[in-house]
Amino acid sequence: MFSIVRSLWITFLHMFHKRETIQYPEEKVKLTTRWRGRIVLTRDPDMGERCVGCYLCAAACPVDCISLQATEDENGRRYPAFFRINFSRCIFCGYCEEACPTYAIQLIPDFEMGEYNRQNLVYEKKDLLIDGQGKYAGYNYYKVAGMAIGGKDKGEAENENPPVDVKSLMP
Amino acid sequence: MIIIGAVLGALLTIAPGLIWLERRMLALWQDRYGPNRAGPFGLLVVLADTIKLFFKEDWIPPFADKFVFVIAPAIVAITVLMSFVVVPFAPGIVVSDLNVGILFFLAMSSMGAYSIILGGWASNNKYSLLGAMRGAAQLISYEVFMGLSLMGVVLMSGSFSLNDIVEAQRGMWYVVPQFFGFLMFFIAGVAETHRLPFDIPEAESELVAGFHSEYSGMKFGLFFVGEYLGITLISSVTVVLFFGGWLGPEFLPPVAWFALKTFGFIIFFILLRASLPRPRYDQLMEFGWKILFPLTLLNLVATATILLWLET
Repeated sequence: MFSIVRSLWITFLHMFHKRETIQYPEEKVKLTTRWRGRIVLTRDPDMGERCVGCYLCAAACPVDCISLQATEDENGRRYPAFFRINFSRCIFCGYCEEACPTYAIQLIPDFEMGEYNRQNLVYEKKDLLIDGQGKYAGYNYYKVAGMAIGGKDKGEAENENPPVDVKSLMP
Repeated sequence: MIIIGAVLGALLTIAPGLIWLERRMLALWQDRYGPNRAGPFGLLVVLADTIKLFFKEDWIPPFADKFVFVIAPAIVAITVLMSFVVVPFAPGIVVSDLNVGILFFLAMSSMGAYSIILGGWASNNKYSLLGAMRGAAQLISYEVFMGLSLMGVVLMSGSFSLNDIVEAQRGMWYVVPQFFGFLMFFIAGVAETHRLPFDIPEAESELVAGFHSEYSGMKFGLFFVGEYLGITLISSVTVVLFFGGWLGPEFLPPVAWFALKTFGFIIFFILLRASLPRPRYDQLMEFGWKILFPLTLLNLVATATILLWLET
């Protein structure tokens, strides 16, 4: 009997508590930087595309919502000819971001992507590509990779020694 | 005639208004906002709800007993509205001051249980039937001490007429000498209206929606209106019998005092819903028969003894 009166009183006291509700369209939710929302493709500090078209994100995607086609430019740099994410399928698991070897694909704290037309949820490369570096500032894949591209030969990457001629006897 | 119109108008505005009030109050006690978009403080949600109910398909399941199915929701609304006939809102403002007012109220409000039993039976659905069965089980457990708990008040005032009972409380409200009677009556009243924590026939977490699982549209709306009218009825009758009805200091008119006290009880009903869990129906029957019924008898006998002792 006492516990009934007590729970009535406790409930009554909640009248003077602060309300938990966030009045969404007027008041925005505070999202942390690691929140998994809309997917973007980032660029390196020199404004080159980071994506090298390795297909690892498409392979990692559990719902197969990523589709892309890799191609090469005149310098031998790989980039995606098209990059398409179907956000009506995407489950925002972030596996693509984990799989990406060049920090190109990233999930950002934004979820306001509602559409009236389902087809509008299919994002093309021009919708995905942003003019920034996202979470990993200063990272440039071709500057640290050993691969030779136009304007950067073998051994010219950061922290890389010039290649050794393995057929020569001289050190 | 004017009084009938005024009472009917007031009640039928209060009933949907209570839906809004209940949602706001529940939200307040659960640290939420509740409906706050449509109109000022979300008041227009009442209108939206009503329009929605009117435009919903009024479906009668092919397996239902059609006549009983249609008549069941009308019973609850009619009986509750009939009970209001004897409630005195202010001196002179009463539809009919019957000299057996309390008995009429008890009879009419108990008839409301028919709507649950018949509605659940006619739906021909196992959950509805279970709800109806629980409704019947609940009925026999609270109805006895509901009537007996009021007899203390009748003994003290010497009248069954609600108007006389209010007048007899000029000296002291009956909640003081009849505190146990008030407690019993209020518990029985909560069970009578099938409100939480005694919404056993409805029990939406176990029986879908209990006796009104198969109802839709305005038939469901009538059950809903009946429930909220029931809350208003029990609140106002409690106020009349135990809290001096329209009596109160002069600075407010009697009707305002009555409305104020009634709304206090309505809000207490909502607080009950916000805080208490639902007992099993055998627990309610046990509570009713083994605890409240003897206590009510004891209260009655004690009241009678003291009154006799004072007389001699």
